[in-house]
Amino acid sequence: MCLGVPGKVLTISEDGLSALVDFFGVKRELRLDIVDEPVQPGDYVLNHVGFAIRRIPPSEVAETLALFDQILKEAGSGDLMAEDVRGEIASGKERDRG
Amino acid sequence: MAGEKVALKHGAGGRAMRALIEDVFLALASPVDGIGLSALDDGAALRVGDRWLVVTTDSHVVHPIFFPGGDIGRLSVCGTVNDLAMMGATEPLALTCAVILEEGFARADLERIRDSMLEASREAGAPIVTGDTKVMGRGEVDGVVLNTTGVALADRVVSDAGLRPGDRILVTGTVGDHGMAVMTRRHQLGLEGDLRSDVAPLNGLVREALRAGGEDVVAMKDPTRGGLASVLHEMAGKAKVGVVLREPDVPVNPEVRAACEVLGIDPLVVANEGKAVIGVRPAAADRVLAALRAHPLGRRAAIVGTALAERPGQVILDTGLGRRLLAEPDGEPLPRIC
Amino acid sequence: MASALDELKFRDPEKARALTEALAREVEAVGRAPVSVMHVCGSHEQAIARFGLRAAFPRGLDVIMGPGCPVCVTDTPEVDEAVALAAQGARVCTYGDMLRLPGTSRSLADAQAEGGKVEVVYSVSQAVDLARQRPAEQVVFFASGFETTAVATAAVVLAGVPENFSVLSAHKYVPAAMDVVSEMKETNIEGFVAAGHAATITGWGIFEPFARRTGNPVVVAGFEPLDVLAAVLELVRLIRLKRAEVVNCYPRCVTREGNRPAQEKLWRVFDVVSGNWRGIARVPRGNLELKPEWDRVNARRRFQIDTAAVGGAARNTLADQCICGSIMSGLAKPDQCVLFGKECRPESPVGACMVSSEGACKIWHVYGGHPDLQEVA
Repeated sequence: MCLGVPGKVLTISEDGLSALVDFFGVKRELRLDIVDEPVQPGDYVLNHVGFAIRRIPPSEVAETLALFDQILKEAGSGDLMAEDVRGEIASGKERDRG
Repeated sequence: MAGEKVALKHGAGGRAMRALIEDVFLALASPVDGIGLSALDDGAALRVGDRWLVVTTDSHVVHPIFFPGGDIGRLSVCGTVNDLAMMGATEPLALTCAVILEEGFARADLERIRDSMLEASREAGAPIVTGDTKVMGRGEVDGVVLNTTGVALADRVVSDAGLRPGDRILVTGTVGDHGMAVMTRRHQLGLEGDLRSDVAPLNGLVREALRAGGEDVVAMKDPTRGGLASVLHEMAGKAKVGVVLREPDVPVNPEVRAACEVLGIDPLVVANEGKAVIGVRPAAADRVLAALRAHPLGRRAAIVGTALAERPGQVILDTGLGRRLLAEPDGEPLPRIC
Repeated sequence: MASALDELKFRDPEKARALTEALAREVEAVGRAPVSVMHVCGSHEQAIARFGLRAAFPRGLDVIMGPGCPVCVTDTPEVDEAVALAAQGARVCTYGDMLRLPGTSRSLADAQAEGGKVEVVYSVSQAVDLARQRPAEQVVFFASGFETTAVATAAVVLAGVPENFSVLSAHKYVPAAMDVVSEMKETNIEGFVAAGHAATITGWGIFEPFARRTGNPVVVAGFEPLDVLAAVLELVRLIRLKRAEVVNCYPRCVTREGNRPAQEKLWRVFDVVSGNWRGIARVPRGNLELKPEWDRVNARRRFQIDTAAVGGAARNTLADQCICGSIMSGLAKPDQCVLFGKECRPESPVGACMVSSEGACKIWHVYGGHPDLQEVA
């Protein structure tokens, strides 16, 4: 079962049904029957069992990294509600010991 | 050995091969003054006067016989020179060369192999002094089988069993080059890219490491079949220490990493033919590293791991993001096909 | 411009450390232990095991693999159908993992050893090409995989296949996996990590009714280590805040609506039906079968499949001790099975979880046998 490695489209076949895709320097031919958007050379696509299943927009890598940063900020100290909850727990602990 | 018949995995350098050797061949061992069969090291070391006679032998059956970066001829010379070097014998006295040919083997190919052997022999300073030639009928052997035996004298023998907790583990360069170059050719996996074998004689490089580290170089082994993972398991098992390997510190060429990623193979289990794994006492590690990096074959040398008192015989992989155990390779890595 | 090597940014150790530290704080803030979450994708387990993430997870967090291996849940009678077809003379093509999946008495590998025509293919289109090359033979594609893979099968069927080609569908529908587990009494799963590539096809919107109904939050995660860490962190935060929502942490591949052209093809060819999953028994709406209008390419309609002929006594008596069913349901871990790593190894698998590269046992074995090193500092 393929993990779904992303690759770069090099060329599209004449009939538009398949593409030559480069995965880290390794070239494979993928079918384009089920990809969600039209694909051009230079695009990045996700492969699954020999079919492109998604055209990955070029901006997505940067956007995903920004998402991770946001998740980090919201979690733990970035989240005011969390601080409230932790405060409650802490004071609860004090009380139980006393 | 569980089954009644020998399987391909028994020659692949991992667990299964070790089991076969221990179950079947160890019975040949008898006590010697030195390191003999029972040590299951890269070679044997026999005391002769106040020096050691180091002996090693290797048979080569690689296919394809010509691959990017080398061929079976170069491999047969370097493999044996390197086994001697791994025992600390960096000045080979001589090599033998026995060849078994299949009827119909092309004379031109044979001469090409001979030229490679000559070149490698000169690089290593290891003269080929005697040999043997056999021809078998068509189909009775696959193309060509080359066996080389090497002898050398050494003042000190370095085994593969000398690690102690705290010792540092070095690798002399990038891993996975040879195995990926050969595998992608052999299986015609439709991969393009600059994958070249690293096959090279290491005696000069090891000489520099020993000069820098002296008695602080305590273990050496070359990661051929079974790769770095296999060597670390052997060193850990024989010395009864644990080993932690820092995956991010292991040098891997981008083309090799890419091919491995796509095929679902771990570079740590892939064969190398021009690299050494060296165990060094902590005080000498930086010195030895510098000496390796000063040599053309050691530019990418790195300190990649440490021996531990905990978990004897086990290898822990620090992935940089977490930790897990590194399994001992079983047999030939087959691509997980996507 | 994205480059394939940008994916490596998703393996940055610094970022990973920040995420795991935040995760530890979140788990602690939940205020009880363990916090149990489940993923349903072999590829997620591979990422977790390969990068040793469980060693980095806080002790109070349990990330459990559920029935996310489509090969592992392919039931014995389905394998028997394929074996029977091989015995009846068809050329059976399948993805590599299915080869050694045990049937009642035989796997396809056994059938091959007995002279049956069994081929491993890397893509369903390869099987179609084979059928074109061998017009005199019946070529059957034994189709395994979740919906991500089923779309490929649907695509080739819609593109037109030769007369001698047919499909034996063992495709499964992954949302059913989450339903099954959330309905189990013994389970304490509080949140789910959805399979990222299945969601690329189906979209994340389909999880909203599930989240509302069960009160369990769902995150959609990619497969790089940072993807997994960020998604698990977000999931625990949602659990702590008691928010039964769906959050997409894999926006570069997954959208709310998903891949419409692919869905359209999928549902033109397949229906969701009830069936049995190996180790889990009856799963409503968990199997994908060809619609009646595709009877002409459905191997179950084209052939009289004689599974009685390939039945008989199970050859492997160790099967009694196999706990794959519990492992797949997330109730046990691979190293709790007495056979794990001993009688049951990749080269001599007893249970389905050791056969498939997406199976928990196989993954754990490949990655050192005990990939959740927690006692080593």
